[in-house]
Amino acid sequence: MGFPILSVMLAVPLAAAIVCLFLKAPAARMLALAATLADLALGIVLWANYDIGGAQWQFTERADLFAGFQYALGIDGIALMLIVLSVFLMPICILASWEAIDKRVGEYMAAFLLMETLMIGVFCAQDLFLFYIMFEAGLIPMYLIIGVWGGANRIYASYKFFLYTLLGSVLMLIAMLWMVNVAGATSIPALMQYDFAPEAQTWLWLAFFASFAVKMPMWPAHTWLPDAHVQAPTAGSVILAGVLLKMGGYGFIRFSLPMFPEASAQFMWLIFGLSMAAVVITSLIALVQHDMKKLIAYSSVAHMAIVTAGLFAFNVQGLEGAMVMMLSHGLVSGALFLCVGVIYDRLHTREIDRYGGLSINMPMYALFFMVFTMASIGLPGTSGFVAEFISLVGVYEASSLATLVLTTGIILGAAYMLYLYWRVAFGVQKNADAAAMRDLTGREWLMLAPIAAAVLWMGVYPESFLAPIRKDIAALNARLARAAPAGDAKLAAGEPRSYPANAIAHEAAAAGEAE
Amino acid sequence: MGFAQSLYFTGAEVGLSLSGLVLLLVTAWTSHKAARAITVLAVAALFGAAIFTGVALWETSPVADAFGGLYRVDAFGSFAKVLIYLATIACLIVTPRFFAERGAYRGEYPVLMLFSAVGAGMMVSATDLMTLYIGLEMSSLSSYIFASFLKGDWRSNEAGLKYFILGALASGIILYGMSLVYGFAGTTNYAGIRVAFEASFPTGALFGMVFVLAGLAFKIAAVPFHMWTPDVYEGAPTPVTAFFASAPKVAAVGMLMRIAFGPFGGEAEAWRQIVIFASLASIVVGALGAIGQQNLKRLLAYSSINNIGFLLIGLAAATPAGAAGVAIYLAIYVPMTLGSFVALLMLRDREGRPLETFADISGLATTRPALAWCLMLLMFSLAGIPPLFGFWAKFVVFQAAVEADLVALAAIGIAASVIGAFYYIKFIKTMFFDDSARAPEERSPAGHWAVLALCVLAISPLAYLATPWLGAVADRAAASLFLFS
Repeated sequence: MGFPILSVMLAVPLAAAIVCLFLKAPAARMLALAATLADLALGIVLWANYDIGGAQWQFTERADLFAGFQYALGIDGIALMLIVLSVFLMPICILASWEAIDKRVGEYMAAFLLMETLMIGVFCAQDLFLFYIMFEAGLIPMYLIIGVWGGANRIYASYKFFLYTLLGSVLMLIAMLWMVNVAGATSIPALMQYDFAPEAQTWLWLAFFASFAVKMPMWPAHTWLPDAHVQAPTAGSVILAGVLLKMGGYGFIRFSLPMFPEASAQFMWLIFGLSMAAVVITSLIALVQHDMKKLIAYSSVAHMAIVTAGLFAFNVQGLEGAMVMMLSHGLVSGALFLCVGVIYDRLHTREIDRYGGLSINMPMYALFFMVFTMASIGLPGTSGFVAEFISLVGVYEASSLATLVLTTGIILGAAYMLYLYWRVAFGVQKNADAAAMRDLTGREWLMLAPIAAAVLWMGVYPESFLAPIRKDIAALNARLARAAPAGDAKLAAGEPRSYPANAIAHEAAAAGEAE
Repeated sequence: MGFAQSLYFTGAEVGLSLSGLVLLLVTAWTSHKAARAITVLAVAALFGAAIFTGVALWETSPVADAFGGLYRVDAFGSFAKVLIYLATIACLIVTPRFFAERGAYRGEYPVLMLFSAVGAGMMVSATDLMTLYIGLEMSSLSSYIFASFLKGDWRSNEAGLKYFILGALASGIILYGMSLVYGFAGTTNYAGIRVAFEASFPTGALFGMVFVLAGLAFKIAAVPFHMWTPDVYEGAPTPVTAFFASAPKVAAVGMLMRIAFGPFGGEAEAWRQIVIFASLASIVVGALGAIGQQNLKRLLAYSSINNIGFLLIGLAAATPAGAAGVAIYLAIYVPMTLGSFVALLMLRDREGRPLETFADISGLATTRPALAWCLMLLMFSLAGIPPLFGFWAKFVVFQAAVEADLVALAAIGIAASVIGAFYYIKFIKTMFFDDSARAPEERSPAGHWAVLALCVLAISPLAYLATPWLGAVADRAAASLFLFS
């Protein structure tokens, strides 16, 4: 593979971002859309050319440009799926901002395109420090997006987002420096094979955990998320929920688990405990929200808790389920934020009580909203079902108690999502202005229809998404096997009975006497 | 070693001194109108000196003593001097307009800048306590005058007076420490002191060392000797503040490094705890002190205290990697701080009054977008957020600290850097998120733009491409510090 496709995927949005800074609004919109569509096309080419079952790291590139670290790129199936998710959501984000953003459009599009470069960079970096640079740099455009184009309380939200995530990541940098000093390599594939001393792993794991738990976000470090989501513009929320949160999960799957298997096993109780708490607590909080975006933000925390539990279940189902959950949640929560954005653009409020009976005047909207609500709940046939089912099967093997608690999350999830849908789409049309809103425009169709198709595709035929990651998950599982804790749900084979289970009692007794 | 060779080794200093003396005579016999021409000539002299010194950075630089061990030419000295000369040039380019508008620009200013640069060069090259002290005073005395150069402005006078009194106190402390060191070592020569202290290191000598380090901590504005910094930075005219934050600081850090690894190199365990304390205290005080500030110059003063704290982490490592980290940090810090101050200089309202507080710059992104974007990059860089190059500065010193097994120091230092990030992003918030309050001047002179553009280029992600070269140069510079026998 001579063509440096990953570098091109990084360069296209970056170049467009720089040009966008100097363009007027209409030109900036067109350029941003063209650049993201070009990256989507490249992403599809990447997927089509990815050799399933081939080498673990494909499309590798490497250049010794810097001192101390390398420009090294390459992807495995896990990174491929997340890159495809990112490039898929980006044009939709640009479309969502088409009319909603009317001030400083060039800068806005530049920030989004820079964000795209950095997201792809995070997933395809093969050097520890290159990863860190991309991972941290994402703070800059996101800070600007929330702060400049956000809602009324945007400044508080932008500070909180920036400082929370920065504090989480700086300790990870020290851990990385220590790892590189000990292992003598900055290459991620090499470090994934390196065995650190178990005592050191504990500290390293905690340092990485601080970063990824904030990014994920895991309860109780999640409080930045509802603020950031509520204040960010629609497209900002989509990218935040769709891709940025996945960086935490990607971090666990790429660093914490393969590099520190013993420590991961040691801290399984911590992850499970936090995940269980998160599912129940944030679902209950979601139930009482009046703000649509806040409700969906809390539901994100609950869904991410299922991801973390699945990741630390130490078996193939858990890992695969967590990956599917990340992809599914990226699509579904992104789509739900878009749905909120559609009606927010019309009425400029996120207050649930201001809406009602939208299925009467906006039938198409109500249909799409229902598809995504059902996918969020995990109705069979949608991606949410596949995700929740596989990950919970995995968690059950590790801990039946955790599964029990996590499953209540699905019930509560159905409760708050259906309650939301009922209040927004059904019932009487309370407000005249809400009743007068027009149905989806062509642009909004273009945003929602592809996501709905992807959600159904993943729900009906998840194999397309599981096939590329299968080998990588198996390799990861093999590496984790030496540390995997014994699950409490493994059936112990007892002594077989000497008589059939349906034998009638007295005959059995007679048979016994006869012997 | 011949006298001619010694003169050749000190060529940059000799050339600068001669040009300074000649220009001084020219100033005496021409009117104030010649001040700009003298500035141009001074810049040319500094440029010549930078090239003369800088050639050494490209080849394996020689290590040689001049004047019988009073002065040393090596990679570290050349590295620091090039930085000092370039920073002085940048300051000279942006200075004349500020003073000329207040009718206060005189030919003495560039001449004093030349002498200050000579003194700073001597500080980083000295290998004898006497040469060191002369260089230090030469640079400091010029600085006191700069601080009070606006004779009619009481803030400037106050800053000059404060700087002079506290600076004299610090010089006294250093001198007292030097006399103790001389008393116990029996020599003022660095190599001699090292030999004498390796043989025996009595408590009195320890006292001497602590006094010298305390005086130097004052010069670099490290906590707990930082109190003068915010007042002097705020009161001094802005171009002078830009100068204080760059060239003399490089010189003071260079001098500190040479002393720490030279005469006191055998006593690293003794001074390391002092440095660690000063480092963490500077990071925390620099970060917390800045939070409540409304004046941007005061804010940048605390930011410089904060940055010195990070620099000292590299020194605390006491390894060649740590010294190289400090050198790289300096090379990145100078454009960051110079760029920030030049941008501040360019912030004026339509009547030419400087915009100095947060309230003044709100909404700058809509009124002066290019300037606001430059400042944003500089602030993210100062905060150490990748991919800006300021991240690399922090990266190398923390890497050195981790390699020297100072993981706890590195972890605490980096966690405290998050506090500092708060006020840097507040700067950006004010420029980008708030509504515009005052209409700033619409155009800035080309010279200011050129300096700002170069500084921003130096801290942009493109600068990572220079890391192999910068790393190699810094390694050579650091290695030359440890050659000490």
